[in-house]
Amino acid sequence: MATGMVTAEAPPAGRGQAAAAEPLLAAADIVKVFGKLTALNGAYLTVAPNEFHGLIGPNGSGKSTLMKCVAGAETPTTGSVRFDGRDITAASPAERARAGLSLKFQITSVLPALTLYDNILLALQARTSLAGLVFSRTRGVLHDRVMGMLEQFRLADRAGEPASALSHGQQQWLEIAMALAPEPKLLLLDEPTGGMSLEERRVTGELLQPIRAHCSLVIVEHDLDFIRDICDRLTVLDQGSVLDSGTVQHIQASPQVQEVYLRRA
Amino acid sequence: MANETVSPEALPRASSAAPAKARRVLPIIEIVVLAIALVVPFVLEDYLTIFATRVLILALFALSFDLVWGYGGIMSFGQALFFGCAGYGVALLGRDLDVTSILLVLPAATLIGLTAALLIGGFLLLGRNPASVIFVSLGTLTGSYAADRLARGWYYLGGQNGIPSIPPMSLGQHDIVEGLEFYYLALGILIVCYLLCRFLVRSQFGLALTGLRENEARITFFGYQVQHLKAIVFALGGAIAGLSGGLYAFHEGFVWPNILGVVFSTQVVLYVLFGGSGTLIGAIIGAVVIEAASFWLSNTFQEIWPIILGVLLLLVIMFRPAGLISLIVSERERVGSFGQPGRRGR
Repeated sequence: MATGMVTAEAPPAGRGQAAAAEPLLAAADIVKVFGKLTALNGAYLTVAPNEFHGLIGPNGSGKSTLMKCVAGAETPTTGSVRFDGRDITAASPAERARAGLSLKFQITSVLPALTLYDNILLALQARTSLAGLVFSRTRGVLHDRVMGMLEQFRLADRAGEPASALSHGQQQWLEIAMALAPEPKLLLLDEPTGGMSLEERRVTGELLQPIRAHCSLVIVEHDLDFIRDICDRLTVLDQGSVLDSGTVQHIQASPQVQEVYLRRA
Repeated sequence: MANETVSPEALPRASSAAPAKARRVLPIIEIVVLAIALVVPFVLEDYLTIFATRVLILALFALSFDLVWGYGGIMSFGQALFFGCAGYGVALLGRDLDVTSILLVLPAATLIGLTAALLIGGFLLLGRNPASVIFVSLGTLTGSYAADRLARGWYYLGGQNGIPSIPPMSLGQHDIVEGLEFYYLALGILIVCYLLCRFLVRSQFGLALTGLRENEARITFFGYQVQHLKAIVFALGGAIAGLSGGLYAFHEGFVWPNILGVVFSTQVVLYVLFGGSGTLIGAIIGAVVIEAASFWLSNTFQEIWPIILGVLLLLVIMFRPAGLISLIVSERERVGSFGQPGRRGR
């Protein structure tokens, strides 16, 4: 499991200790204020290449807000986000996507009226030029990749059906396939197993394992068994701040986390 | 990445009940409508051919709005602005510069519509933050209202009376006047524009537009420049509206402020709403049915025809929110397919 970083602590750049090698993602000192509510208060998140990183914490701890700040859905009030050597703090979601950052929403966001095939094609063709789109120049070229993604997620047999015909769990897989189709460097998954059966959760874990070779993963999830099974490192948030960050074993042994989070859960 | 497979046998496949091959209805409707349009002048009296020509021009206008709203998801309540600007533009070319050649005035009308749409669209759609539906609706509505008021108060544009007696459109020494000739000219232009729009909405660009309409936030996170996509489709819609406005000016022989205004902008929304948005042919059917019904009702029930028409529109919108076309075309066919699933390595 632990092919990523194995040390217990890896403070983010900007917190006084330089990382040994530049991480793929380094969100540092993130503050996000909504009116009178401070959703994030100096939170940080560091993810190494090929690492599976879990983001956990009680409801309202700021997990989804931190995820949104990384993806570009929210702009941090203060703080910085560096991705793949670039400062993307002010970049738009589209610019971040083009830089190799991909997001799966918490609420399933497949396009129900489109076929499974077209959902994947839509994700894949995002970097095609305008002329290429108008004259459908990449439709043939992308065919194998579309079918490849559907096969990888065991959906190829239903490629021609509308996404609305899928079960909730299958729609979640389709959306993960859509997020992975453009071959991102970092995939952000916000509660990917929400509403899934135990068997579907197990399968989801197995479906995610092969991406480790070329992609890092940040996952927000309430299912701690699922997180423990697939992640190398965890960051625990509480009331908008990072409570602890480290390997799964480190977090499991952390008295602070047990006190504030695990017991509460 | 695509070559990697996942712990194979252990994983359940998505169970598949092979979908029944649905019969496609839209091409049949398109052929029937085309066939009717081709023979209509031979069975109508002359004055009705003139009426039918006007309907074709309005159908072209409806097509422009369907592209913008039905595919781009942009609710423009000011589509008449582009129609009217182009109408006034070519009327001035004819009146002041004696330019009436079809080879000049129709491209000019298209260009005027395109330019006006680029200016308005640039302002409304290309801001730092994505524009909301309300912002775009009110912005276009305001533009249309302002243009109407401006035309009414500007002496050079004829004020309330507009510009009458526009000289006929010409090809060489030949004048193209209302009647059969103008009918088939309008029909030819409508067919060409329809085919171009059809090509566009069934291309990969059309798939991106579908994504934009169905879930804008989702495709933003794929990396699409959604504001640019919107501006492009808005500008194309403006160009087609401009072309229809140019045709209208020469067919009617005059332009007046109403063709810039809010009422006319709303009329095109009703055409598309009534016929069915997002199919192209639905917009054309909507324009034809509403205009034909108005024509017939106004002759038969001279006092109360607007009420009857209003009730009919309400009934369709209440019970068939996807428009008349949804009576025979399924939602699946309306959205369409953009790729052909099949084996890899084909």
